[in-house]
Amino acid sequence: MSRLRTAALVGNPNSGKSALFNALTGARQKIANYPGVTVERKSGRMLLPSGEPVELVDLPGSYALDAASPDEEVTRRVVMGDFPGETAPETLVIVVDAANLEQHLVFAQELIALGRPTVVALNMVDMAERDGLALDADALAAALGVPVVPTVAVRRRGIEALGEAMDVAEQQDLSQRHLVRDLTLPERRLAARNIAKGAILAETAQRRWHAHLDKVLLHPWLGPPILFALLFVIFQAVFAWATPFADAIEAAIAALIALVEGTLPAGIVRDFVTQGVLTGVGSVVVFLPQIVILFAFILAMEQTGYMARAAFIMDRLMASVGLSGRSFIPLLSSFACAIPGIMATRAIADPKDRLTTILIAPLMTCSARLPVYAVIIGAFIPATTVGPGVGLQGLVLFALYFAGIVGAVLAALVLRRTATKGAASGFIMELPRYQMPLLRDLAIGLWQRAWVFLRRAGTIIFTVTVVLWVLLSFPQAGPGERQSEVSVAGRIASGLEVVVEPIGFNHEIALSLIPAMAAREVAVSALATTYAVDAADEDEAAAALGPRLAGDWSLATALAFLAWFVFAPQCLSTIAVARRETNGWKWPLFMVAYLFALAYIFAGITYWSAVALGF
Amino acid sequence: MTTLDTLPPLSRAEIRDVDWASLAPDEGKRLRALGLDAGARVAVAHRGVFMGKDPIALIIGRTTVAVRRAHARAMTVEVL
Repeated sequence: MSRLRTAALVGNPNSGKSALFNALTGARQKIANYPGVTVERKSGRMLLPSGEPVELVDLPGSYALDAASPDEEVTRRVVMGDFPGETAPETLVIVVDAANLEQHLVFAQELIALGRPTVVALNMVDMAERDGLALDADALAAALGVPVVPTVAVRRRGIEALGEAMDVAEQQDLSQRHLVRDLTLPERRLAARNIAKGAILAETAQRRWHAHLDKVLLHPWLGPPILFALLFVIFQAVFAWATPFADAIEAAIAALIALVEGTLPAGIVRDFVTQGVLTGVGSVVVFLPQIVILFAFILAMEQTGYMARAAFIMDRLMASVGLSGRSFIPLLSSFACAIPGIMATRAIADPKDRLTTILIAPLMTCSARLPVYAVIIGAFIPATTVGPGVGLQGLVLFALYFAGIVGAVLAALVLRRTATKGAASGFIMELPRYQMPLLRDLAIGLWQRAWVFLRRAGTIIFTVTVVLWVLLSFPQAGPGERQSEVSVAGRIASGLEVVVEPIGFNHEIALSLIPAMAAREVAVSALATTYAVDAADEDEAAAALGPRLAGDWSLATALAFLAWFVFAPQCLSTIAVARRETNGWKWPLFMVAYLFALAYIFAGITYWSAVALGF
Repeated sequence: MTTLDTLPPLSRAEIRDVDWASLAPDEGKRLRALGLDAGARVAVAHRGVFMGKDPIALIIGRTTVAVRRAHARAMTVEVL
């Protein structure tokens, strides 16, 4: 059997490459990382009209083969056949934005001059027409010496013709190409301008409605309030819309546990399945609705082109802590969960910027901390009002969120001067044209994010919860002994207690910190277990646990516990995703170390200040 | 002759000279790739809202590109 033919989609950012890739391959896509770098490798199988299958890769958008960022470097090396383990694509499909030929033909010429079988997809011709541009694809083909196929990826127009052109690409007569190999950039730019001019049949007055949209969305006074209003809606949606789905997942897991309890005989195997596997993995999978809703908004913002505007608006504020506007969305996502936040840092071109963003992402108060905050605030902070419509409990919750942001700002400032020191990061970003988001592309993107998350829940998080369960369950307590004392975890907690005692933590807290490594909110159910509160779920546990804690802990201890969770370094899923995204253990370990140090110091300060004040 | 960072929105200008030495090599590369080079005609579309009116959105050809003020400061322009 002959080897599968390979082809690659190459082109500028914002050429509609991803939409074209989706149209060509459908949902049959594989997402992985290029080895050694954290650049996403998207590949898929497509069938040419002749029936021949082709392995198609979607290369990162680039402006030139002369790379200025890690993803451009990947594009250059793959195209040149210089990437270990990657075969140089036999056919190049160059994607250009029909409405922006002058700019996109600069890179296209460089690729055509390589002398490979090449097809140009003149993409988004509908948008060009809307802008008042009539283009002559044949004239363009003659000027470039390669076939040019007009496409509208989002409407699947020209997809068949593109496949036909790819089918016969290997029979191309290279002598047809009259492009010189060694042009300088200004020469290529001039040539691009002339070729573009020659391909434009008519250019009528443009209806540039997107320019008008920018007048509102980037308006000095209107832009920021619109952005913040949108963010408010997203936050509401992430927390409110997700609730019924999260409840349904919880109910399903509870039903599954009941089913297992009804089927398996009581014993260690049953406990393993119910308490270890189902409860552990379930406590993470329950975040899936939030992650899906968050990503639906993020993908929609990306597809419409608004994301670049949000980055534009936030850039100055981010610059004051040594980051750029591109870090804004990853950090925002981290309020739901640091995992999608850290995954979203891939859009940051500057490696130091990206690393800093990954390192501070866990300081954004993720939703897993909410159950912990809720229990402690409910138990220790009186439900009084401190002003009209301002409750003390709400104020404390706000203060905790705010403390996380302040912590992140300070951490970024310090990191940019020490661990991730480097030239002040720049912000050079194309603001793409506005577009209607396409449901199919949105669905494919969502499915991919959800799948990445579920796969992790099924592997890393599964392993971790199993290990934790084993630590908590063995050796088993004899008569008169408490499981929380004699188990391995209990013994670790006893050792931990020595360390955390100075910051006001007791044995129960030390023990709850261990399972909280799987997911922070598990601290609540762990406390409930150790305090032998018999409760069916976290809500019930919280209700019963509150009074119990209020009787057992001092206010100083409770406040220190809250301060600890502002920094809460112990989330294994976050550590795992940071390891994957930074390609090694160095930075995740650094992250854990500095977060632990901060958590310890601030819990200590909180405890001793509270004690000094007489709480 | 003035530098691009001093221009208010809606101004048009032609870039005469760019002080590449004052920019990081990758940033210079990216700016050149986007067409921001000597001889290019640009228009200032928007400026940031917070302190310093930074960043700046420039229209070059059919693209809108956001750059920092520091980049614009490196570009000597002739106002058109």
